[in-house]
Amino acid sequence: MNGSILGTRVIRLEDPELLKGRATYVDNLEHPGALYCYFVRSTVAAAKIASLDVARAKELPGVRAVLVASDYDIEPFVPFFPLNEHLKRPVLASGVVKFVGDPIAMIIAADRSTAVDASELVEVEYEPLDAVVDMEDALSINARQIDPEVARNLVASVVGGNSDNPLNGAEVVVRGRFENQRMSVAPMEPNSIAVNPDGDGDEGITVWVSTQMPHVIQTKLSSILSIPKGSLRVITPNVGGGFGGKAGVIQEHVAVVGASLMLGIPLRWMEERGENLISMQGRGQVQYVEMAISRDGLILGLDARMVGDAGAYGGFGGGLVAGSTRSMAQGVYSIPKIRYKAAVASTNTPPIGALRGAGRPEATAFLERIVDMAAAEISMDPIEFRRKNLISSTSFPYQSVMGPLYDSGNFVKALDAVAEVSKYQDLRREQLRRRQAGETVVLGIGVSCYVEVTAGGGASEYGAVDITPDGGAEIRVGTSGHGQGHPTTFSMLVADTLKIPLEKIKFIQSDTKEVPRGGGTGGSRSLQLGGSAVNAAALQVLDVAKNLAASHFEASVDDIIVSQEGTIGVAGSPSHFLSWTDLMDVAKQAGVELAYRGDFNQAGATFPFGAHVSVVEVDLETGLVRPISHFAVDDCGRVLNPLVVEGQQHGGIAQGIGQALYEKVYFDAYGNPLNSSFAEYLVPSAAEMPNFVASNTETPSPLNPLGAKGIGESATVGSTPAVQNAVVDALSHLGVRHIDMPMTPERVWQAISQGSNGPLWSEPPSIFSEIKKSDSGSAPEEVDI
Amino acid sequence: MFPSSFDYVRASSVAEAISILANEEDAKLLAGGHSLLPLMKLRLASPSKLVDIGRISELSYIEDRGEYVAVGALTRHRDLEVSAVLGSSVPMLSHVASLVGDPSVRHRGTIGGSVAHGDGASDLPAAVLALDATMVAQGPNGTREIPASEFFLGFLETALEEGEILTEIKVPKIHGGWSYQKFNRRAQDWAIVGVAAVRNGSTKVSLVNMGSMPLRALATEAAMNSGASISDAAALAAEGIDPPADLNASADYRRHLASVLVKRALEEASSS
Amino acid sequence: MEVTMIINGSSVTRDVEPRTLLVHFIRDQVGLTGTNVGCDTSSCGACTVHVNGESVKSCTMLAVQADGAEIKTIEGMASPSGELHPLQRAFQENHGLQCGYCTPGMVMAASSFLAENPHPTEQEVRHGLEGNLCRCTGYHNIVKSVLAAANETAEV
Repeated sequence: MNGSILGTRVIRLEDPELLKGRATYVDNLEHPGALYCYFVRSTVAAAKIASLDVARAKELPGVRAVLVASDYDIEPFVPFFPLNEHLKRPVLASGVVKFVGDPIAMIIAADRSTAVDASELVEVEYEPLDAVVDMEDALSINARQIDPEVARNLVASVVGGNSDNPLNGAEVVVRGRFENQRMSVAPMEPNSIAVNPDGDGDEGITVWVSTQMPHVIQTKLSSILSIPKGSLRVITPNVGGGFGGKAGVIQEHVAVVGASLMLGIPLRWMEERGENLISMQGRGQVQYVEMAISRDGLILGLDARMVGDAGAYGGFGGGLVAGSTRSMAQGVYSIPKIRYKAAVASTNTPPIGALRGAGRPEATAFLERIVDMAAAEISMDPIEFRRKNLISSTSFPYQSVMGPLYDSGNFVKALDAVAEVSKYQDLRREQLRRRQAGETVVLGIGVSCYVEVTAGGGASEYGAVDITPDGGAEIRVGTSGHGQGHPTTFSMLVADTLKIPLEKIKFIQSDTKEVPRGGGTGGSRSLQLGGSAVNAAALQVLDVAKNLAASHFEASVDDIIVSQEGTIGVAGSPSHFLSWTDLMDVAKQAGVELAYRGDFNQAGATFPFGAHVSVVEVDLETGLVRPISHFAVDDCGRVLNPLVVEGQQHGGIAQGIGQALYEKVYFDAYGNPLNSSFAEYLVPSAAEMPNFVASNTETPSPLNPLGAKGIGESATVGSTPAVQNAVVDALSHLGVRHIDMPMTPERVWQAISQGSNGPLWSEPPSIFSEIKKSDSGSAPEEVDI
Repeated sequence: MFPSSFDYVRASSVAEAISILANEEDAKLLAGGHSLLPLMKLRLASPSKLVDIGRISELSYIEDRGEYVAVGALTRHRDLEVSAVLGSSVPMLSHVASLVGDPSVRHRGTIGGSVAHGDGASDLPAAVLALDATMVAQGPNGTREIPASEFFLGFLETALEEGEILTEIKVPKIHGGWSYQKFNRRAQDWAIVGVAAVRNGSTKVSLVNMGSMPLRALATEAAMNSGASISDAAALAAEGIDPPADLNASADYRRHLASVLVKRALEEASSS
Repeated sequence: MEVTMIINGSSVTRDVEPRTLLVHFIRDQVGLTGTNVGCDTSSCGACTVHVNGESVKSCTMLAVQADGAEIKTIEGMASPSGELHPLQRAFQENHGLQCGYCTPGMVMAASSFLAENPHPTEQEVRHGLEGNLCRCTGYHNIVKSVLAAANETAEV
């Protein structure tokens, strides 16, 4: 009998406050007495700091202090997790700068304008060094070594797979060099932090910070600043988006909090968009991929040599090529032999972090490109080729060659579903019609199949449910939602189990004083781990309640039920029911808490999957690409709130279109950023987007009681390659086999006019012949970001 | 994001504005602010004084004067967009105004501000060039008229002299066809290349973002005016022109776009 | 300099530097933090408010330019008793927001757009919002929300 709220479209409880302009982003809160911080940043990508004179800046009226590295007593630290043990971040650059934007001084002033005025008075003299900008150049023999301890600028390397000669004996080999370009994460709210070093009474130090992981910030700051965790309270109020860019602590956090403690004054800092675009970045791989197939379209082997860009200071995102891109390199396909090598380079560019998908979009992107190229090589339809090679639905749990155990899946079902909903054959007919009619606006149809990994980084989360005296409930959870609907979906779980109305459920997260521990939100872990923890807590509370009722009514606990009205009592005995308010009294008298606080542990990661079809129009005269529709079938296991899931799919699709067509971080040869504003870094608007058709198959995960997998990043993983494949497909009749992202009008026009976009293949960097084994830093394989 | 400090004064008449400018070295006029303020926020411009003429309502008008339409310099893009007078007499100007920036920008930006700023990548300067409009400027030495073909001199440089204010733009009515082609990747962006074409007796074609200022496609015009086919004329779009290169387009690609867009513009202008 | 504005129906007078942007005036000096700063180049629209009834990017206007004007911010959209404006309600019903940061700007831009174009097509809505960036929703549900509000034929 399904009276359950689960699986229904529940509109979000948190919306009215946001809609009324009452959101609590860090900069919206009052921070009484707080002075404003502003960073002076290197304007050179690589240099020794010959001199740094802050005297004039200090004298400007309204300036309280100007701090440089030597003013702090802080050891270089690891912002999130280590990629290379020799590469850590100093609180402020000291002696050497390694990328344009590297913070070298911090102004503290009475207001923001004054702080900016003061920054213009700071005098810096640089002795420039050769900037090493390109990741492949960095790994070459002749490149300047950026860090004394990192030879050949090789920050990390990995060798994986199960074969030394995966292409051996193959009838057909296709190969391609693919760029997965560096992007800016660009959440609408940039980084923001405020600190009060001296709370009332026993408050200790309070930090408000826009982050995805408040407990991580607490742990990191306490260790970096040598203060006891217990004296540091971290609060994350509303956050205006994270997308992986707000994982871990950043230099600016440490500089601001450190200064606040040193000077004993409250401080606040909010990043400007220009700063954000040049410092919060992700992706950045060059992929040399070869696939062996049989003449009739079976995949026989895969050989991948992958270069990752860590940027300066061993940015952890650089390690994703050795981590999740590696572990997902088999994807949805049956591939008997795989060899995978990755080299991570240090460059004089901003440290790379995570961006939605964090390594998995990069894996799917290269797989979907090489698979399309293979299909084209033997003139097979791209859907047919995929169908022929997908891991069958009876193979689960499936042990992939690269290590992960896929928990559940039905790849063919998703592919069939998207072929149907997109009316694939009709699209092919229209494509042919336009080609035959010689129309100048042609149609492209792109397919992608993907599997990705969620909750891979240590699978445990805290959840608590407390009944309150008014008969409501309070949820506490260690995840840290920032727009994904957690207040609503988690409340739905509690409402469903305890039959307490949604309006009486209070959702509490992201305050280290209220929630003792937590992994935050990243890697699409929250519902499966946090939701399961909250769900488990609710079930435990129900258990306590039933036992109390059984005692109270002198009945057997097996006869106790919860009514739809939210009362607990004896089945079949209308007069023997208690409201939650009554139960609170009963519990109090019995000396029992109507609450449960605990941790949910999941045995492993879960593997959402899906299939996308992108339909684009390409203007052959100008190269302009317009997506005209996008179909996404994404399977995240059991769907709890279809409205919220759909929203995540939409957002993921849009970021995929963004990567495929619009976004890239550009540098000149000296490492100067060339697009550090939203006028030049092209985040698409509604006018650039088509409508989306998003749907789901539901293949539950056996790994948690909710049957849930993550959804937050999946659609990004699936959408990017579909769009890229669509553009190449649009031009396939002209002989085009590949175009790199972003597929700008000019790139597309070049492909059209030349019948190709340059050679599909070039020899990988020579460093690969020297990489025999995995080395250095922990390859960040299983991290939730 | 935070401009440098400056003094601010509001002028309630053109005469007052002229007199203030005459006495100040480093003063800039402020109308809608949507060309100037973005530069000041990035500290690419730091005038010591702003003279706000935004409230001189007498400079906001669109008047049918027989042979031409007179547009006050402070007329906002939004007002151009919805003007019935322009709709019947110079529809291209309404259309181009409707493509500038986004709706919120169009509520503040003015045609005078845009034309006086003279950015070669802006839409309206190229439009008034193709329309063969005449700019009316008032200054300490009186009033003068400057034809569009003599108005745009170089990178953000117009024929306006120190202390002169653009007060009106006289736009000849269109009796033939017209077209405006704006090529960009996002709707809110500047044109990567744009083309304004007017067939008003003779053919005039101007180009957006093919140089440091709006340019006439003279070779194309000559070809059209001597009877060449549209294809042949369009192929000459970039002749004698050295287009800029940036993140959005190389010089070669701009040349290619120019010929494609000129062809489209001429075809559309010839069909109406 | 002293400036006076009517913000959400109430008169406000403050002393400002000429260089104070309207968005900072609204946020920092009047304390209405619903309007957000999202960029440096007038590209994102998070700062959109109404000035004399029309949408304006408040980051591209000086407070002194708004002297004497009537300003409406997101805080002025709901009724005095706290009831959501039909446009706000449409956003909630159609899941037109996720993190909420672009939302005030979207609502103000949409509100002004619908006043000028009460019965828009979907493409017109998309172009009406071309100056407002969102990173979360992919715009699909935002467009749906605006169309839903338009269909309700309420005065906006």
